[in-house]
Amino acid sequence: MTRHGAPGSAPTAGRGRWRDLRRLLLYTAKRLLALFVTVVVGVYLTIVIANMGGQVDDLRRVQIRSEAAEAARADPAFQDLSPAERNELIQRQVALEVERLRLDEPFLVRSVDYLQRALRLDLGRAEQMHSDLGSRAVRDIIVERLPATLLLFGTANLLIFFVSVFVALWLSRRYGSALDRSVVALAPTSAAPAWFYGIFLILLFAFVAPLLPAGGMVAVPPPEGRWAYALSVVRHLLLPVSAMLLSQIFISIYSWRTFFLIHSSEDYVEMARAKGLPSRLIERRYILRPTLAPIVTSFLLMLIGLWSGAIILEQVFNWPGLGSLLFQAIGHRDTPVIIGGVVIFAYLLAATVFLLDILYAVLDPRVRLAGGRQ
Amino acid sequence: MRGALWQTGWRELRRYPSALMGMAIIAGLLVLALYTVIAIPYPEAVAKWRGSEAWQDNPVNAAPIWLDRLVGGDAPRTQVVASEAAPIEERVFEGGRRLRIPLAFDYDAGGFPSELNLFLHAPGHEQPPFVRLAWHTPDGREIALGGHRIGADERISISQDRALERRLGGLAPHIGLLADPEREEGQPQVLPGRHTLLLDVLAFDETAAFDAELVLYGRVHGIAGTDHQRRELSLALLWGTPVALAFGLLAAVGTTVTTLAIAAVGVWYRGWVDATIQRLTEVNMILPVLPILVMVGTLYSTSIWLMLGVVVVLGIFSASIKMYRAMLLPIREAPYIEAARAYGASNARIVLRYLIPRILPVLIPTFVTLIPSFVFLEASLAVLGLGDPLLPTWGKVLNDAQSQSALYNGYYYWVISPALLLMLTGLGFAMLGFALDRVFNPRLRSL
Repeated sequence: MTRHGAPGSAPTAGRGRWRDLRRLLLYTAKRLLALFVTVVVGVYLTIVIANMGGQVDDLRRVQIRSEAAEAARADPAFQDLSPAERNELIQRQVALEVERLRLDEPFLVRSVDYLQRALRLDLGRAEQMHSDLGSRAVRDIIVERLPATLLLFGTANLLIFFVSVFVALWLSRRYGSALDRSVVALAPTSAAPAWFYGIFLILLFAFVAPLLPAGGMVAVPPPEGRWAYALSVVRHLLLPVSAMLLSQIFISIYSWRTFFLIHSSEDYVEMARAKGLPSRLIERRYILRPTLAPIVTSFLLMLIGLWSGAIILEQVFNWPGLGSLLFQAIGHRDTPVIIGGVVIFAYLLAATVFLLDILYAVLDPRVRLAGGRQ
Repeated sequence: MRGALWQTGWRELRRYPSALMGMAIIAGLLVLALYTVIAIPYPEAVAKWRGSEAWQDNPVNAAPIWLDRLVGGDAPRTQVVASEAAPIEERVFEGGRRLRIPLAFDYDAGGFPSELNLFLHAPGHEQPPFVRLAWHTPDGREIALGGHRIGADERISISQDRALERRLGGLAPHIGLLADPEREEGQPQVLPGRHTLLLDVLAFDETAAFDAELVLYGRVHGIAGTDHQRRELSLALLWGTPVALAFGLLAAVGTTVTTLAIAAVGVWYRGWVDATIQRLTEVNMILPVLPILVMVGTLYSTSIWLMLGVVVVLGIFSASIKMYRAMLLPIREAPYIEAARAYGASNARIVLRYLIPRILPVLIPTFVTLIPSFVFLEASLAVLGLGDPLLPTWGKVLNDAQSQSALYNGYYYWVISPALLLMLTGLGFAMLGFALDRVFNPRLRSL
């Protein structure tokens, strides 16, 4: 930190620190503003896309009309109304529903309203969907699906992350061994996404050799007792987690291994080796420490990636997570639910990016300087 | 000089067996795609896949023939017995004629057919003719199948005849009619020999044509089997190849080229241009790609070309802009750029001829590995039920299989064959891409 102040004299060092802090604050404020604008634009774009620029409104009006007409026809209480009366009834129902969904306002007004409420994280109420407990609040619907997604993707991604980093570190020491070569050879298998391996796993372990359930999160009916329940969930977890593992582990090990190899051929590492430091120390101090920033970055990005779940893997395994929630919401054209999912993801992403920016600025004097000078 | 670079690249590439294998797979797929497009023209493929009369002689959900033969099976193929080849007895009387059409066939397959249908065509008759059916077994039994009045085009589903099923002791007609009556206990066995379906036709017209076609649907069909609508899967598997390759290639070209060009423009002009591009990239990071594609699919149209457009548009400001930017920044200050400026090259010329070509070699591996991810993206959309409405694709076959519970019903071939093709495509491009990465990425070359 004292690189910019003259070394030795206390007052200048203090001034240098103050200047650094001011630059850091300025940089922070700029980044915050930029990220906020990014979130606003991103969320607004999603709102516009989710409504196809207002075209969905016409679609929904037609739908409301036909549903109201159908309801009036099917209800025996309205059987002996005259056509004129029935028409008026339908009109009234349609008007009520249009008002409930606020379709009478122009889309532009509504989109801005959606935006400001979304930004305040006031997620509002779903239009068509409801949670399994019957709540219409978007918050309840999302909260209900969150544990399932966190359980599946948390388990799988943490497993993939830590296994691949440690295996890669170990392999980078045994560079060129048979195991290393086979990981390199297996890396292209990651071209296929997890759901693809999921289909094969279901075929093998649920149908050819019926050992594990083909889908769902818990047996039906759910077993009594906490342990039996947990065991059933674990059995249901095995296939989707292995599918994700299969599709990502090799590429992940491969890229970390390459990354570590590049860093362990740096001059200062060679120097440490020449000094005869033990390999464990070299690994910890000379390889892991300078590469910590990218590792932390990818770890954090992996964590927020959990939020979006994975639509297709969840569909294939019939997993009640956020991905399939989003898919259902799109099918129902339930704008508040779609926006709710996206806005939370946007905030999480922005928060992570901000955290990383600050972390880099604190850790890396080059970034700090560049940020202050701009 | 650039030619030399490519040559050394090729020489190095040849040292990787995975690259050669990947190229062989890609070449094979390209040949297959070309053959398909030439052999089955686009309109024909689309029309056939929509479902038509063309498939009516195909069995439902039949496995590929070679799969059955490979495990030593002897499952029956489809047999069509037409009246044209049959010795027809004809007796004319006042105001009409009487035809006796024996539809005889030898049956000695290892299993029973999956279905029995009789198609009758009697065009131009003033009054509908009447036909009485009788089944003659090789051991001399005669089983009456009842009478029917025939329209111009009639289909008699013998397999669906519940009364006949009861008379045959609860065996479905396509099993009971061909079974050996001596072996009552256990599984019914095929009675080999010459079976005959005798049609006794009473036509009230002396000249109008009458022909019949008995179809004994097999349990195996063609090289890829059939689906629930009797369609040959081979058509979809074949046509899936050019569609997948075209989608993957176009999407990869569209996204990488535009992204690279934008990154280069940003690096060259700096200032607000660069800042705008950076901010747009960050906004794009927040937009969820797959949900947007699903939205476009549900709300607009699932046409594959629209999807391609959306993929490219969303890919323009992708995160790789940052990577290209980092690569281009040092090049911007290189002396040869300064030389170009000194001789008065225009901005566009510098961007297009000096900046972009410089990092193209680094880009090629990324480009090749991108292709399979787009191929799988198309399949993913199709599996979600958002496949192209017209074109047969691999993903749509998978989606059909999933919606018909193919795994549960044991039609494994229906899932495995499109999945294998997808895997092959993915592996081919990924293997080549990884090898290219090691050749073109100087930092990886020694590793």
